[in-house]
Amino acid sequence: MGLELFLDLLSQPCRAVYIFARKNSIPFELRPVELLKGQHVKGFLPAGSQQVVPLLKDGDFVLHQSAAILIYLSCKYQVADHWYPADLQARARVHEYLGWHADFIRGTFGVCLWTQVLAPLIGAPVPEEKVTRNRAAVDSALQQLEEQVLGDKAFLAGPQLTLADLLALEELMQVVALGRDVFAGRPRLAAWRGRVEAALGADLCREARGPILNILEQAAGRQLPQPPAEFRHRMLLRLSRIP
Amino acid sequence: MGLELYLDLLSQPCRAVYIFAKKIGVPFELRIVELLKGQHCSQEFIQVNPLRKVPVLKDGDFTLAESVAILLYLSRKYEAPDHWYPQDLQACARVDEYLAWQHTSLRRSCSMVLWQKMMLPQFLGERVPPEALASTMAELERCLQLLEDKFLKDDDFLAGPRISVADLVAITELMHPVSAGCSVFQTRPKLAAWQQRVEEEVGTGLFQEAHEVVLKAKDLPPVDIAMKDQLKPLVEVLL
Repeated sequence: MGLELFLDLLSQPCRAVYIFARKNSIPFELRPVELLKGQHVKGFLPAGSQQVVPLLKDGDFVLHQSAAILIYLSCKYQVADHWYPADLQARARVHEYLGWHADFIRGTFGVCLWTQVLAPLIGAPVPEEKVTRNRAAVDSALQQLEEQVLGDKAFLAGPQLTLADLLALEELMQVVALGRDVFAGRPRLAAWRGRVEAALGADLCREARGPILNILEQAAGRQLPQPPAEFRHRMLLRLSRIP
Repeated sequence: MGLELYLDLLSQPCRAVYIFAKKIGVPFELRIVELLKGQHCSQEFIQVNPLRKVPVLKDGDFTLAESVAILLYLSRKYEAPDHWYPQDLQACARVDEYLAWQHTSLRRSCSMVLWQKMMLPQFLGERVPPEALASTMAELERCLQLLEDKFLKDDDFLAGPRISVADLVAITELMHPVSAGCSVFQTRPKLAAWQQRVEEEVGTGLFQEAHEVVLKAKDLPPVDIAMKDQLKPLVEVLL
C-alpha cells in the first residue's frame, strides 16, 4: 500500500494538502472521510490515530497536522525548493508565518462553517454576539495579514510561493465559500490571491473547492446528512469553544 | 552586535527559546522585555517587532519572531545535536506534528489557566466567572489526556526515545498551570516521569533559572492603575 491521504475537502487544511499533493504530482490514494457523517469517529481513520483530518499514512507511518504533512511531503518527494526552502532564513520565514497563522487564522476562519451550517444542522444555533465577535476577529486578522504579514512582499513568507500561502489561502476561501468576499476592499490580498492561484492552476483550485463552494446550496436544499450521535457530542464541544 | 534574544520569561514560548539557546551554547545578548510593564509597547521595542510580541530573535539584519521558527533556526544555525530536531524524515515529522498541534491547543489552554486562575483576579483585579474557569480547566484536562495518549504514549519523550524541541515547548507550557497552583503532575504519573526526564536532560539549574519569573508570579502585587488600561486588551482575549 502506497501513500494514503485521508481528507475531507470541506476542511481548509485538507484542501491545502490535496492541492499540494496534486500540484506536485505526488502519487497517493485519496481516502475520503466525510466529517458530516461522523466518519472520522466511526472507524474510517487508522486505528489508534487521533480522530482528525488531514491524516497521512505512509506504510506504518501515520502523521497528523497539515503543516507537518506538507513539510513531510515536501522533503520526501523533493518538490521544488520554493515550497519549503532549504535556505536557513527563507525557511525560518515559513515557520514564522505558520506561528502567526496558528494564533490568528486557525480556529477563526473556520468558525463560519460552524455558525452558518453545522450549528443550525444539529439545532444548536450560535448566539449572535459570538458571530459578531468572530467577524471582528476575521476583520482584524485580514488587516494584519494584508498590512503587516504580507506587506509589500509577493508571497507571505517572501518573494516566492511557499506552503504558507497554500494554508492561508484555503482558510480565507472558507469564509468566501460561506458568502463573504474577504478580498473586496483589500487590493494587496486580492493580488496575492491571484498570484497564488495562477501558480496552482484554476482547475485544481476549483476541483478542491467543489464541496465547500456548494455547501450553502446543499444546506438550503436540506441535502446535508444529519450528523450521527457519536459526532454530535464533539460538535457541541467545538461550538462551545467559539469565543 | 551579536545575536540578540528579546524575551520575557513570564511567557512560555520565551522560556523554551531561553532554555534551548542556553542548552546548546548559543552566544547571545539577552534583552528583557517586561510584558506586565507594557515594555512590548515601547517605541524602542516596536522598532524591533511592530507586532509587539515576544520572543524575537535579532541576528544582524535578520529579525525573526515566533518561538518555533526561532527554535528551528537556532537548531540549524548552531548545529545542535541531531535529536533536538532530527534530520530523519519521519523523526522530524513527529516533532513538526507536536509543534503544530500544541500551538492551537495546549498553548492556549495553559495561557488561559494561568490568567484566569491567577493573573486576572490577583494581578488585574478582574473577576473571572466560575463557569469560565471550569470550562478552561476541563479543556486543559482534555489537552493533557491527548498529550499522554497520543504524543507521549509509551516513549520516553514526545517525539520518540530522545529529547527534542517538542519537549521543551511542552514542558514550558505545563509550567504555566503549575505556577497557578494546578497539580498537573501529581495526578498524572506518566507525565510526571516525563517531566523528570526532561528536567534531567535540560539540567535542573537551567530549568529552575528559566522558571524563576513565572513561579514567582503568584507573589506579584496588584498592577497599578496606569498599567491596568494598557493591559485591558489582554483581558478581553483571555476571558
